[in-house]
Amino acid sequence: MRSTTQTQAPDARGVAWYLDKAMAYLVFGAGVSAILLIVGIFVFITKEGVGFVWDTVDLGQFFGSPAWRPTSDTPQYGALALIAGTASVTGLAMLIAVPFSLGAAIYIAEFAGGTQREALKILIELLAAIPSVVWGFIGLSVLNPLIIEWFDVPVGLGILNAGVILGLMAAPIMTTIAEDALRAVPDGYREAAEAMGATRWQVTWRVVLPGAKNGLTAAILLGVGRGFGETMAVLMASGHAVQLPDGVFDSVRALTATIAAELGETAVGSDHYQALFTLGILLFVVTFAINLTADLVVRGISNKD
Amino acid sequence: MTFGTSRRSTTCEGVLGETPPAIRTVGLNLWYGDFQALKDVEIEVPRGSITGMIGPSGCGKSTLLRCVTRIVERVGGVRTTGGLQVLGHDIYAPDVELVQLRKRVGMVFQRPNPLPLSIRNNVLFGHAIHTTSVRGAKAERQQLLESALREVMLWDKVKDRLDARAIDLSLEEQQKLCIARLLPVKPSILLMDEPCSALDPDGTAAIEQLIWSLRGEYTILIVTHNMAQARRATEQCAFMLGGTVVEYSKTETMFASPAAKRTADYIEGRYG
Ligand SMILES: Nc1ncnc2c1ncn2[C@@H]1O[C@H](COP(=O)(O)OP(=O)(O)O)[C@@H](O)[C@H]1O
Ligand SMILES: [Mg+2]
Repeated sequence: MRSTTQTQAPDARGVAWYLDKAMAYLVFGAGVSAILLIVGIFVFITKEGVGFVWDTVDLGQFFGSPAWRPTSDTPQYGALALIAGTASVTGLAMLIAVPFSLGAAIYIAEFAGGTQREALKILIELLAAIPSVVWGFIGLSVLNPLIIEWFDVPVGLGILNAGVILGLMAAPIMTTIAEDALRAVPDGYREAAEAMGATRWQVTWRVVLPGAKNGLTAAILLGVGRGFGETMAVLMASGHAVQLPDGVFDSVRALTATIAAELGETAVGSDHYQALFTLGILLFVVTFAINLTADLVVRGISNKD
Repeated sequence: MTFGTSRRSTTCEGVLGETPPAIRTVGLNLWYGDFQALKDVEIEVPRGSITGMIGPSGCGKSTLLRCVTRIVERVGGVRTTGGLQVLGHDIYAPDVELVQLRKRVGMVFQRPNPLPLSIRNNVLFGHAIHTTSVRGAKAERQQLLESALREVMLWDKVKDRLDARAIDLSLEEQQKLCIARLLPVKPSILLMDEPCSALDPDGTAAIEQLIWSLRGEYTILIVTHNMAQARRATEQCAFMLGGTVVEYSKTETMFASPAAKRTADYIEGRYG
């Protein structure tokens, strides 16, 4: 309220100026350290695993052999069965999660009204917040006996169980992202189509979905990435047996679950330890590629088509 | 709104009683929540001519236009009383088919709003949603596409890139496309809400020329805030203010000797 404020020079540096500067540095620091951290993790994983790739194992065996026997007298490090395990579980999970999450997103974004929409969104957030170990527990103690009973198989832990669990896990986050993508479609498109006599469903199918296709693709890709990286639930629900699966009831073992289960028992620097880090590199590269693709899809295709 | 005005509107119509007018409102009121945006609007739009609507911004022009296909009800909390007949049909009748109504009455918006589809699919959108047969003849679609684009003078520009995205066209071309996409379903009425306001003078001239060329074939109701445009491109004109139609008469009459002082004030630029 002092009149001096009015006579201050326009470039005066008050408290606000310093606060602003301080905040800018703080945010900058936080951002840079996040990036440094990621680079650091990548460097660490690479350092631990890459020697193994160069010296001990040949890549033909690593990618071509299903024999993962790190603790036998003649250790074998074939990751094919593990890759197949991760791929089959993730694949089934996406078969389940994609239709569910897209359907839910379409309903919430295009058909549900005010309070119903809000209620559903809260429900979805709640589902997304369930810890993965709880999902694994559900797989073990609920889905396992159900699968045994329904399909008359000896073991209910396998691709089907892990795929369903992972699908349910990935669906909420995919729904949220897909819904955002649908809501980002300008309302003018819907209005234009409605004014031409399109029904609600025609508007959704012919206008909103094409308009949101980049965002929806990204949602699916992020779901795939999520499935790829998920560990605990898959470890608990997949049966954790190293084998190339023949059908959906077979037990499999995922890359992530292998690392989680074995890393604690290995000597630092041993071949086994390094082999697990190699699996880590593989996961990192694949997940990174998926997320990068999702990112490029979201931005790139809006510029060209 | 005045008595004299409605008599004039009757003379505009020509054959009274024979064919119903394209649009007729009877004591039309509309509220957005508590706010009354249209007050007792009585207007008759004769078939086959170009009718203009002018008035300061916020006076309800868009609202009235959007009533004609009931697209105004997209936003919640809209309440209407009174009657509105389109081509002789009461559009507030309980059994009215909005899909059919919107097929007969096309709308062009203030900002060009092509759909996020190719040029081809934009033009054929209306056709696609109104055709029940699963596979219409391909040749027929191509023919509709070409004639619609020719009618809006766009064919030569886009014929080599029909599958390119529509939003990559210039604004003027987009607006032409937005007109073209109405034509394949053969509407009777075209509603245009300030179709040139997002365009530069050249684009405005091109669209105006296009609208003029569509005259006769379609009944056109066009909102404009451009006095010169209203004057040269319309045959009769309504002046609205604060949700009411103050004056409705032949364009030349309105501009030469407006009946109401408020009309004169507006035309001479004394309102916003
Ligand atoms: N969706 C809406 N909700 C509430 N008020 C609205 C809405 N749309 C328009 N209005 C109000 O109705 C009046 C008429 O609007 P509009 O028909 O768009 O005017 P014009 O097209 O003549 O500029 C304005 O006062 C505007 O604020
Ligand atoms: Mg308007």
